[in-house]
Amino acid sequence: MKVIEVRNLHKRYPNHVAVDDVSFEVSEGEIFGILGPNGAGKTTTVECVAGLRTPDRGTVRVTGIDPHQDRDALRRVLGAQLQSAALPDKIKVWEALDLYASFYPDPADWSELIERVGLGGNREERFAKLSGGQRQRLSIALALVGRPRVAVLDELTTGLDPQARRDTWQLVEQVRDSGVTIVLVTHFMEEAERLCDRVALIDAGRVVATDTPAGLIAQVGGAQRLRFRPTAPFSDDLLLALPEVSEVARTGEQVVVTGTGDLATSVMLTLARHEVVPADLRIEQATLDDAFLALTGRKLS
Amino acid sequence: MRKILFVETKLHLRQWSTIVFTLGLPLALLLVLGGIPDLSKADPALDGQRMIDTQLPAQMTLLSVLTLACTVLPAVLVTYREQGVLRRMSTTPVAPGRLLAAQLIINLAIGTVSVVLLVVVGNLVRGVAIPKQLPGFALVFLLGSAALLALGLVIASVAPSGKAAPGIGSVVMFPLMFVSGMWIPREFMPDALRAVSDYSVAGPFAQALRDTWAGHAPQPLHLVVMAVGLLVFGGIAIRLFRWE
Repeated sequence: MKVIEVRNLHKRYPNHVAVDDVSFEVSEGEIFGILGPNGAGKTTTVECVAGLRTPDRGTVRVTGIDPHQDRDALRRVLGAQLQSAALPDKIKVWEALDLYASFYPDPADWSELIERVGLGGNREERFAKLSGGQRQRLSIALALVGRPRVAVLDELTTGLDPQARRDTWQLVEQVRDSGVTIVLVTHFMEEAERLCDRVALIDAGRVVATDTPAGLIAQVGGAQRLRFRPTAPFSDDLLLALPEVSEVARTGEQVVVTGTGDLATSVMLTLARHEVVPADLRIEQATLDDAFLALTGRKLS
Repeated sequence: MRKILFVETKLHLRQWSTIVFTLGLPLALLLVLGGIPDLSKADPALDGQRMIDTQLPAQMTLLSVLTLACTVLPAVLVTYREQGVLRRMSTTPVAPGRLLAAQLIINLAIGTVSVVLLVVVGNLVRGVAIPKQLPGFALVFLLGSAALLALGLVIASVAPSGKAAPGIGSVVMFPLMFVSGMWIPREFMPDALRAVSDYSVAGPFAQALRDTWAGHAPQPLHLVVMAVGLLVFGGIAIRLFRWE
């Protein structure tokens, strides 16, 4: 069953069109990424999904609910962690959860939730004293306290240090494993690649492509590159004869082999058969960044 | 709603400056000024009343309510809007309007605590009379406070940022204090100024507090001006208030 269906969503603000034409579907239990550069319309899209904005055109359904028509029903199935949504400075962690739990008819046990997001030692801490990572964890906990079926997480790790970012990713995976469908908005391709089951690439208010991260990369050719320094001389033709290899280039001592498919294995086996060892071997794979570049002609970041 | 009230009350109490300026300052001023011998003498210009009988305690009540309405309430609401507290709340089944209602109730409650302190401590320490027309006094207090808090909502609606709110609040507050007779009692005002005062919401509020304190009925004009103030400011606030 589709948990979220968005069709031909269009939203314009007085001065510009934020979302031109966006359609996608999210299945139960997946982490669905909405990836695109700043200003692509990602936040406006999820604000329409979360019922905070009224689309000018198009339909949105969340577990069959029209967010605009039935806001109350929507708020019981969808939890949101939005950008620039803070808490009062002086509120304590447990008070915020206790308060937000009181908003829902059948809330989660918030003291267990505090432990789950790793804030067990910070119950009595005030919001203003929390680090960026701790605030995001609290945000996630608040989005989950109503026991939603869908959680929208917008720019979750922006401004976090690498360690806090990795911890937050782990938490998101745990949340998904508990059965919550997640819509993750991000402009970090690394984050989308690591976390998302499927990704919609958005640019200038339109969906450029929707697929798994690997699928998106494969769509643009999925080129891989091997760099190494051979310990013994060999002829380029040796590798060019392989079906996976499309190009062999040499700069000084270094050899760069470009190709697709199971490139690394097949090149290594061939070299080994001719008693050549590839020293300082590096494998470079295409990323979502490359996919975005190939699809839009622009860089993601 | 009870939980919102409870949590928001705790947050208010953690803001010690709110308590100092809305409860402590008016009470301290009443006690200190009430100790000045000249102000405890019958003054023929005040119809034989002493300054401390009604003028001083009524002005201190007004000071407390004006501080709440012009600085405390707008600062909290604008900061909530700026930081996205209201935005976050709008993703839950509870409408952010509840937060607004809770703020109004809490500010009214703080004002009430302040006036009770002024009356009780003023009576015990400086011999200020308990308001003689008590039900009328309570009605005037609630009506006047509601009208001024509605004005506070208007300030919160137009203030562009949490930093700008206290500035705008002061610009509104000091003229209101002046025309209500904080520095020149209304009896000493030239007629033109007193006429302005009569329509300034704060002026009628102060005068009606004094009238009921002394045991008289409040003037109908003053009640009407306060009621109109409540409706007009409330209407403007509802029109202009932005959640984000």
